Amino acid sequence: MSTHNSLFQKKMVQEALRESFVKLNPKVMFRNPVMFTVEIGTAIMLIVSFWTLFGGQNQGSFAYNFTVFVLLLLTLLFANFAEAIAEARGKAQADSLRKTREETPAKLQNGTTISSSKLKKGDVFICEPGDVIPSDGEIIEGLATIDESAITGESAPVIRESGGDKSSVTGGTKVLSDRIVVQVTTNQGESFLDKMIALVEGASRQKTPNEIALTILLAGFTLVFIIVTITLKPLADYTNIPITIAAFIALFVCLIPTTIGGLLSAIGIAGMDRALRANVITKSGKAVETAGDIDVLLLDKTGTITIGNRKATKFHPADGIDETQLIRAAVLSSMSDETPEGKSIIELSEVNPLSYDLKNPQFIKFTAETRSSGINFEGTRIRKGATDAIKNMVMNAGNAFPKEVETVVKVISENGGTPLVVAENEKVLGVIELQDIIKTGIRERFERLRKMGIKTVMVTGDNPLTAKYIAEKAGVDDFIAEAKPEDKMNYIKREQAEGRLVAMMGDGTNDAPALAQADVGVAMNSGTQAAKEAGNMVDLDNDPTKLIEVVEIGKQLLMTRGTLTTFSIANDVAKYFAIIPALFITAIPALQGLNIMDLHSPESAILSAVIFNAIIIPLLIPLALKGVSYKPIGASALLRRNLFIFGLGGIVAPFAGIKLIDLIVSIFF
Amino acid sequence: MNTEILGIIVMFTLSVLLAIPLGKYIAKVYAGEKTLLDPVFNPVERIFYRISSINIQSDMNWKQHMIALLTINMVWFLIGMLILMTQGSLPLNPDNNPGMSPDLAFNTVISFVVNCNLQHYSGETGLSYLGQFWLMFLQFVSAGTGMAAAVVLFRAFRDKSTSALGNFYDYFVRSCTRILLPVSFIIAIILVFEGTPMTFEGKDTMTTLQGNTVEVSTGPVAAFVPIKHVGTNGGGFFGVNSAHPFENPSYFSNMVEMVGQLIIPMAMIFAFGHFIRRKKLSRMIFSVMTVGFLMLAIPNINMETNGNQAISAMGIDNSLGAMEGKEIRLGAPASGFWSIVTTVISTGSVNAMHDSSMALSGMNELLAMMINSFYGGVGVGLLNFFIFIILAVFISGLMVGRTPEFLGKKVEAREIKIAMIIALLHPLLILVGTALAAALPQYTAASLNNPGFHGLSEMLYEYTSASANNGSGFEGLGDNTVWWNISTGFVLILSRFLPIIGPVAIAGLLAEKKFIPEGDGTLKTDTATFGLMTFAVIIIVAGLSFFPALTLGPIAEFFSMK
Repeated sequence: MSTHNSLFQKKMVQEALRESFVKLNPKVMFRNPVMFTVEIGTAIMLIVSFWTLFGGQNQGSFAYNFTVFVLLLLTLLFANFAEAIAEARGKAQADSLRKTREETPAKLQNGTTISSSKLKKGDVFICEPGDVIPSDGEIIEGLATIDESAITGESAPVIRESGGDKSSVTGGTKVLSDRIVVQVTTNQGESFLDKMIALVEGASRQKTPNEIALTILLAGFTLVFIIVTITLKPLADYTNIPITIAAFIALFVCLIPTTIGGLLSAIGIAGMDRALRANVITKSGKAVETAGDIDVLLLDKTGTITIGNRKATKFHPADGIDETQLIRAAVLSSMSDETPEGKSIIELSEVNPLSYDLKNPQFIKFTAETRSSGINFEGTRIRKGATDAIKNMVMNAGNAFPKEVETVVKVISENGGTPLVVAENEKVLGVIELQDIIKTGIRERFERLRKMGIKTVMVTGDNPLTAKYIAEKAGVDDFIAEAKPEDKMNYIKREQAEGRLVAMMGDGTNDAPALAQADVGVAMNSGTQAAKEAGNMVDLDNDPTKLIEVVEIGKQLLMTRGTLTTFSIANDVAKYFAIIPALFITAIPALQGLNIMDLHSPESAILSAVIFNAIIIPLLIPLALKGVSYKPIGASALLRRNLFIFGLGGIVAPFAGIKLIDLIVSIFF
Repeated sequence: MNTEILGIIVMFTLSVLLAIPLGKYIAKVYAGEKTLLDPVFNPVERIFYRISSINIQSDMNWKQHMIALLTINMVWFLIGMLILMTQGSLPLNPDNNPGMSPDLAFNTVISFVVNCNLQHYSGETGLSYLGQFWLMFLQFVSAGTGMAAAVVLFRAFRDKSTSALGNFYDYFVRSCTRILLPVSFIIAIILVFEGTPMTFEGKDTMTTLQGNTVEVSTGPVAAFVPIKHVGTNGGGFFGVNSAHPFENPSYFSNMVEMVGQLIIPMAMIFAFGHFIRRKKLSRMIFSVMTVGFLMLAIPNINMETNGNQAISAMGIDNSLGAMEGKEIRLGAPASGFWSIVTTVISTGSVNAMHDSSMALSGMNELLAMMINSFYGGVGVGLLNFFIFIILAVFISGLMVGRTPEFLGKKVEAREIKIAMIIALLHPLLILVGTALAAALPQYTAASLNNPGFHGLSEMLYEYTSASANNGSGFEGLGDNTVWWNISTGFVLILSRFLPIIGPVAIAGLLAEKKFIPEGDGTLKTDTATFGLMTFAVIIIVAGLSFFPALTLGPIAEFFSMK
């Protein structure tokens, strides 16, 4: 998958430049109240410029007025450019994903072949080794190994099969072995990716709740400064001070929060774009924002906290039983066991099972009722299974369950292991210890989450003792043991009733209700269609730790808005000190005392302020697109830090900037 | 140390020391816990509630609270109009003062109902004793109204999630009987001993040294003056307010009145902390307010003490400070201190003429009212401050990467909309009012004492005072004209009730929301950092929007003097 490390690629910039002008259309501009008022000001300045050109008096020179007009126009274009470049980047990212699903032939069940673009929801097609899957769908028959590297970048093939929780296939991926029958789940143009592209392009982009609140705040500030500017006219008249229209409009445009107003939508788009770069498709901008608010994170133990599967780590023979006897029984009972646990037992034994020469072996498969598996041969019955299942079997046959085995079982459980008891002809031989392997680095990630104020909850099918041990070892805050799908649901509901926001990740149809209930539900792309419909994000990488990244992206999104708002408003202090003296100084020379920046002339002061106001927007575009970096140092420390950088910085930077610009402008005005 | 400065420090420290236990007591009163005065007032209240068939046990939501508040205020207004317009022929009128004109009565009653007391009349000649009594009654109930509204806010943040916010009448009556009345009573006793008159006998006569006979207005002054301060009303019995020797006879009475107006606004902040069991939060609020207050008060004391250097330069002794418009028994420093106390709090009583303050002192007085939330009026000061907290919570909440929360409640679009409207209202009323007055000299020019920058300051001050429900004046303005009576009357109504309804609505909406328990990622609002943020929001929202207007008024005057 291609990554675009450079923020501004030539093609994107060209596209964005063109869009900047298209977006000048007042109808589009109206969505952003702050910039819309700037556009009105720009239009007025255009009229004033021409009026001065044709002999208008008392408004300053044509050159000065026209310069103000051009600067305001630039302010608008810069703001539009910010939005356009964010859109272009998002689109490019989405396009590179979409490229994987260009026209491919689809083999229908009746043998005919049609183009993938003709596939409709409900159609059924067949894929054989070497075929590129023509559309997203769900396997209804068969099992296949699939190369998903086109989407995930992961080269190891994955297994997808009908019926289970890993039944989804993605268009553009390649079947490596076996034959599958797939049903199309979405119409062309309605896939999650298509929906996301529409979100990025603005067609169906809706403002998120925080964005709406912030827009209200900014509109409020704009209104305040409309009042300030308009009422200044009669006050100035009363004190016999003439003020030019250019000065009024410059004062207004500099005071209203144009910096954040111009960058607001770019920040939102960039948030979705960052999610997409992390290979997460979001179904709405709101989901990304909500991710930043998450209080509780539900994580499946397997694959997230521990490396996939348990491994056999030790054989514990019962009293009076030779270890080789136990190993032999363990190996024999696992011969036909294809589960990773079964394989790990043979690995641990270091014995080749084929070296035992058996006649007419009969393998007993694991079932939910017996909760054990094993082998029968020549009158020998070997079973391995859950403690209580074997215990029942042994006691029913009239044999005792050895006390020391009972102790071993308890110790293993307490240490987070899973005991498998082995019995031969209803007599206990010993215990196989299985252990979970906790992923490296996961403890640190949980520590980071805790510092963010997020509670982590491990969900596992293990018994409470084992779960507790692993929870402590991995550093999660809570766990749900022996979890059934409804337990997850209940846990989510309980946390939500207490006011917390919950995120979870899931893939199975069983998970769908919980995914829908959770505030942020991330479905794995490999999961069932039901799960993907229920969640509000889809992770293309099927990576269970992805939730952590998503949370950080959400936080960055909110922080970027907050810090740039602070910066924008803090800038007003310096702009006041540039423009207010400039407005009155000709009439009241004594006000030179207010000109603390010692700006050259009223015109140069006003132009410098307007120039600063305009160029700060493009200067901040990289920050808006990349986002303010999040550090989990606690809310108060974070506020102090951001207040220092963007608050104090917002006060100081324009003093320096405006003075510097004035030194240059003073050559001309 | 200079005894005059020492006097100020004593006044301020005493206020804080008294406010702390008083806050605890106020919290108890509103929580319905047992207090000392229960045996006295409980039976009286019970009879009163039975007659008016009010059940104080029935909880109200925020809307019902506001309907109750507006209804009783409406009744007081109508009765007041009736009394003031017909007082000439009503009893208790020993000086035979005539009834008020409709526009003056409108302005007067409104301004007392809204706890502003913008007095466009002089009490000596404008009011009968019955009129004075009605206005005294209004000083109690308008203060009670503000306090009751603040208690709705208290209640909204005490329980986890509720729409039942107690009973308005209960809060209101308790404010008057358990808090305002006893404190006023104590102050009245002290003032009587200091020489403030308390009589119904009408004008007294005295013979001057030259042998002329002079008629001196007196009246039930000692009853009137305490509530004027305790309730942060500011409506004086006499035209010149607390500069009048009967209203404020001595330096000691000056201290008592100063402490009297500071304690309840301060105590309400502490009461808030006790009531919602978050004392640290109330300490943060108190600290921010105090820093703001001192930043205005200290320069004023300094400037008034130093006096006008242009006068010294003319060879005139200026050692007493800027004494124009000041009382010699009170002195320049205490008057400078008072000028900020009375403007940050919405009292608006004066012991010196603000029109004569130094140019930048005048600016600080204006700024105090423009901000209107460093302590602020009884009850309403906290409500105003709450709006700034909401705005600060929103911006800083985003800055730490979470949807903003205040005390476990999410602050969302609706709350921001209300907060922004309220924050906008103050500059709107002040600037539009002043701009209209400046643009329509045919109505206003004749009433101005000064032309130019100072004249603009006079107009700006009048609307600022009205919009802040303060009631003090740059008394150079001859304000009893139809223009000023009607325009400031409307400003008063809007700027009183909307800033009460807005914060109460936000509190009510937040109260109904789900409570989110605090975590490590939650922004703490009781820290110094958040206090700084709130302070910055106040300065930028309330301070900066007035910068251009202030530049044309006091700042231009200041620079032109040099």
